[in-house]
Amino acid sequence: MELAMLAFERPAIDWHAFAPELVLLAVGSILTLIDIVYNERARRVMPALAAVGLLATLVPVLTLAVDGADRSMFDGAFVVDDMALTLKALFLISGFVVVLLSVDYIRDGDYHENEYYSLLLASLLGMVLIASSRDLITMFIALELLSIPAYMLAAWRKGGATSNEAGLKYYLMGVFASAIMLYGMSLIFGVSGSTQFDAIRVALDTGGDSAPMVTLGILFVLVGFGFKVSAVPFHTWAPDVYEGSPTPITAFLAVAAKAAGFVALLQLVFVAFSGRYDVVEPFFWIMAALTMTVGNLMALRQTNIVRMLAYSGVAQGGFMLAPFAVAGQATDSAIQAIVTYLIIYAFMNLGAFAVVLAVAKKTRSGEISSYAGLFSYAPGLAVAMTVFMAALAGIPPAGGWVAKLLVWRALLDASSVQGTVLAVVVAFNAVLAFSYYAKVLREMWMSDAPDGDTSPVSVSGTLTLALGLTVLATLAFGVFPQLAARFGDFSASFAL
Amino acid sequence: MLVNQFLLLSAFLFCTGVYGVLARRNAVMVLMSIELMLNAVNINLLTFGVLHGTVSGQVFALFIIAVAAAEVAVGLAIVLLIYRNRSNIDVDDLDLMKG
Repeated sequence: MELAMLAFERPAIDWHAFAPELVLLAVGSILTLIDIVYNERARRVMPALAAVGLLATLVPVLTLAVDGADRSMFDGAFVVDDMALTLKALFLISGFVVVLLSVDYIRDGDYHENEYYSLLLASLLGMVLIASSRDLITMFIALELLSIPAYMLAAWRKGGATSNEAGLKYYLMGVFASAIMLYGMSLIFGVSGSTQFDAIRVALDTGGDSAPMVTLGILFVLVGFGFKVSAVPFHTWAPDVYEGSPTPITAFLAVAAKAAGFVALLQLVFVAFSGRYDVVEPFFWIMAALTMTVGNLMALRQTNIVRMLAYSGVAQGGFMLAPFAVAGQATDSAIQAIVTYLIIYAFMNLGAFAVVLAVAKKTRSGEISSYAGLFSYAPGLAVAMTVFMAALAGIPPAGGWVAKLLVWRALLDASSVQGTVLAVVVAFNAVLAFSYYAKVLREMWMSDAPDGDTSPVSVSGTLTLALGLTVLATLAFGVFPQLAARFGDFSASFAL
Repeated sequence: MLVNQFLLLSAFLFCTGVYGVLARRNAVMVLMSIELMLNAVNINLLTFGVLHGTVSGQVFALFIIAVAAAEVAVGLAIVLLIYRNRSNIDVDDLDLMKG
């Protein structure tokens, strides 16, 4: 055999399209190296370096967006289009806010500081990669890259029993879900003979005699991601993990990690499985209805603010799952609703966690009752929390109402019985959700401070910046709804 | 080619793994059950790869083996952490948080 035939030919690489991942990888590696060389002496600069690195990663994302051309590499396994870029930017900005939230918390606690930021960046690298992946292998690698550091971050408080417990629960649930998802992927690979989404779509459209295997494969993959986005009945890990993890990591998991799961679902449902909406739609209908209702009912009985936000996050996930139930009937408005919801949810939820962090510094408590009289001694925080709670409940002018409206529109656009019934369920749940967000508002505005302790809360500069960013974004999306809808409109990206 | 036999073996391994994850109380045994599930996936991928005459099945399986090793390293580290703090790795005893 001639040697020339065996020679490896490098596929064409578009370095510009790859630049965000490469920059983030470089920053993460530099952070790790600095940690090894300077060790404890580098503690003070780590968060600043991580934050600057994340902003630097936004630069190639912006240049790619200005360039505007869709790019595709490795036979279509890695795609850079408008939607991928928007989601990359969302992950990077969420990561930046999480770094801002982490600075004081990680410095003041009994934590390893240097590795924390390297791991956070590694996890973000996985998220940035998942937004571009159009191939089962790439998606799997990206998903594990974002999950494995997250398991360690959840268990970061090494001495704390609850953090240990959170870490192990998150780990076991995560790998169990990965294994189920992989089994589904192997079945789909078996039917289509390819790992690429476009080839899978074509194969599933025509794969008549292996229909049961396709159905089983799709269901296994969707169940696997159901764990990742904490959809009922696969949500049981979420409240415990959120309560036990360090609070900035809770914010990270509740926003960025959940968004990554939804991004993967978007690509799977609307590209790979787009020939089998008959399987996908009923599955998501049931899961969305269950997730909203159970999440809200459980959130009603919580007395701990982080657990309440965890269940509220489960319920919000249900609102994001709802448009998938009409994925085939109203494809464009469903995609727009999901992406817009992801963007707005990221800001309002990160903001709520920022307030929780700031208040917990004074009260040292996670109970909702510890918010009593917050307005009397920390009016700024109380107003910010009011904005976020209103946004989460969907009250204008705070951002959440735009997201809920788009979900409704997608469901009604389908003009089918299932879509309309689910729209009614969404409406019912939006009202139900208001009651527990209002509970926090009542404590803050109506009740008196416990023991008359009205010494002010000291809010650090980084936390103020994070609060400012999130309040501004939440209000901007609510006051200028076109803005959010514009970011979420990607009907062209999925023009098949 | 005997595709069915391989698929049945893999399905059996996968079910054994799921049972192990749900029923075993020792965290290390749960980890081993998850390994069984991943190996079932690998058998599936190799079988289908040969069936379709493509190398991607084997490549996918290699990636899964590598990632599984990384996962287990992290998992054992977390289990060790819990053993140090509580001298016991029974997953049923991890019930500090409820509701």
